[in-house]
Amino acid sequence: MSEREQIFGRIREALRNPAPVPGAHHGESLPPVTEASAAPHIPEWLPLVGDSEAERLELFKKNSIELKADFRLLDSEEEVHAQIAELSADWKRVATHRNPLTDLVCDRIDLPILCTDGGYDAAEMEECDVGISACDALIAQTGSVLVTSTSAGGRSLSVLPPHHIVVARRDQLLSDLPSAFALLEERYAPDYPSFISFITGPSRTGDIERILVLGAHGPKVLTILCW
Amino acid sequence: MSVASDQFKGDATRVSKDEMQRALIHRGLKKYEAARSIRQAAFQDWEAARQTAAEIKWDAVNHLDDYLAEFADKIEANGAKVHWASNSQQAREIILGIIREKKARSIIKSKVMTGEEIHLNECLEKEGFDVVESDLGEYIVQLREEAPYHFVFPAMHLARGEISELFTKELGTAPTENVEELTMIARRVMREKYLSADVGISGGNFAVAETGMISITENEGNARLTCALPKVHISLMGIEKVLPKMRDLALFLPMLATAGAGQALTGYNSFYGGPKSGDECDGPEEFHVVLLDNRRTELLADSEQRDSLGCIRCGACLNVCPIYRNVGGHTYGTTYQGPIGSVITPHLRGLQDWKHLSNASSLCGACTQTCPVKINLHEHLLQNRRNASEEKPVWWEKMAFKGFEFVMNRPFLYRIGSKIARLVFPLHELVKASPIDPAREWTKTRELPPLAGQSFREYWSKRS
Repeated sequence: MSEREQIFGRIREALRNPAPVPGAHHGESLPPVTEASAAPHIPEWLPLVGDSEAERLELFKKNSIELKADFRLLDSEEEVHAQIAELSADWKRVATHRNPLTDLVCDRIDLPILCTDGGYDAAEMEECDVGISACDALIAQTGSVLVTSTSAGGRSLSVLPPHHIVVARRDQLLSDLPSAFALLEERYAPDYPSFISFITGPSRTGDIERILVLGAHGPKVLTILCW
Repeated sequence: MSVASDQFKGDATRVSKDEMQRALIHRGLKKYEAARSIRQAAFQDWEAARQTAAEIKWDAVNHLDDYLAEFADKIEANGAKVHWASNSQQAREIILGIIREKKARSIIKSKVMTGEEIHLNECLEKEGFDVVESDLGEYIVQLREEAPYHFVFPAMHLARGEISELFTKELGTAPTENVEELTMIARRVMREKYLSADVGISGGNFAVAETGMISITENEGNARLTCALPKVHISLMGIEKVLPKMRDLALFLPMLATAGAGQALTGYNSFYGGPKSGDECDGPEEFHVVLLDNRRTELLADSEQRDSLGCIRCGACLNVCPIYRNVGGHTYGTTYQGPIGSVITPHLRGLQDWKHLSNASSLCGACTQTCPVKINLHEHLLQNRRNASEEKPVWWEKMAFKGFEFVMNRPFLYRIGSKIARLVFPLHELVKASPIDPAREWTKTRELPPLAGQSFREYWSKRS
């Protein structure tokens, strides 16, 4: 018998004893749930997000401040170019991937550009000052950026360079986590990319005396340009 | 008494007198408490969320055979290779086998508690491989050659000065009291390792059956780099980590972040479904998932305590536990510390050797109350005590209860007994706290309350 079969044999044997109802301790009354699936209710329990676009933007902005992310809400492509011109003053080398939004930004950058499409050398990317990527969505509830290997130039672009710049349109801002998962399903199921990530703020650690330090291993700075 | 139990007693006594260590733990956990209460209050209905999380985990664990098979089949269809390990040794051999086949030398690891459980680092180092922990806290304890102090905050027992000394000694860096500089030293060391490592080893917080993906939660980005740059990615997980649906993560990820570290969402929540696919530009060429039983099926068979397999390893029960706060993480001598460790370790490593952990509890129930998946932790501690004494009764406890029963069933004996006790009690002063004092365990650190001058029965009869 294979190891897999042996483990499944032990699991089935163990599950012959039924287990008590979950969560009922000392006969305390349980909150009223659930139909066949709790999924439709999850948004009612998670932290509140407003209904309008203005409220979502406001919340994303508030969360970005708490997360020490650099969120810049802009009104036009000209403003985006102006921001990039300002940000790129000290850069020597840029990493990015092909996408209509990143193209728009990178066309105006007069520096060596490493493009991840079709493969790249990781050591070269490590030398880059910044990684510029698109994303699947922004999530107001948590201030997160949703990326996948398909939408954001692979696995490393958004984590290896010390500065990650995300370019996004306003209509990519979603309200909450359940809607982000719905988007993933709608966009990719059943063939999901091999890598999906919710990026929430720049890389951080509190491992020494629980003191917050940014840029533990990933980007020290996360800039989100949204217009 | 087992070796583990003697070690626990000794270390608990030592650490509870170590004011420096306790102050560090206290300060760290105060910050956690403040952040967590804000995050939890932001939920519209935390209790309903908890109950649903408990129900989803109940469904997952009680249909583990179905979901585990679905997960394994799906992730293999995506190009990963799934390996099955009944015990630690098999898991180590599987991982060694992959590493040898790839002729790898250098290995980078992101946090994997299951790796601590099977003593993976010792094994790989003994075989001559270069293994580095990339999580800052794990790296620090690896350099100190000690176990993590807390399975979420591995180096919370160390002050910056100690870490600075450690880095100076091991890495030759200049001493600094600046926490950011210390973090940057580790960042620089790791940068080279990510680029040169042949194999990346990670854990996994959830295994999603529906899509065949593993989910990894972290703040630093070290797991992302570990799973992106080396040619081979190995993920080691316990078989109980399954979640039925991808969308369940919309609930579990914010709950894990809130309960674990008082965050709305942890810095990076990443899902991996396979190696680099044809049209992708990067990622490992091979992705191996090692699924470990290691007596989890024995815990599964205990239907009373089966809910403890739903644990998401957030560490909240450690953070609120008065015992953990006072005796510290290393005292437990286990991979998983605190209340959850005290519940599951006797199942994973032997009831008689580890039953003392169930007594290291005030039964205050703070652990049960804080648990985001509603594991009935403090009741399980009582059940472990019961199971241990049923399996192997302690002779003198049995005798004591027999004697108690004998006296209690005979009122005149009780009356005589309490009279004699009142007469001889003043003599207790002579032996108090000495080795022949029967109440020594109490009296060596505390006063016994004085006996009342008369019994209630006497008082009542005089009154009428």
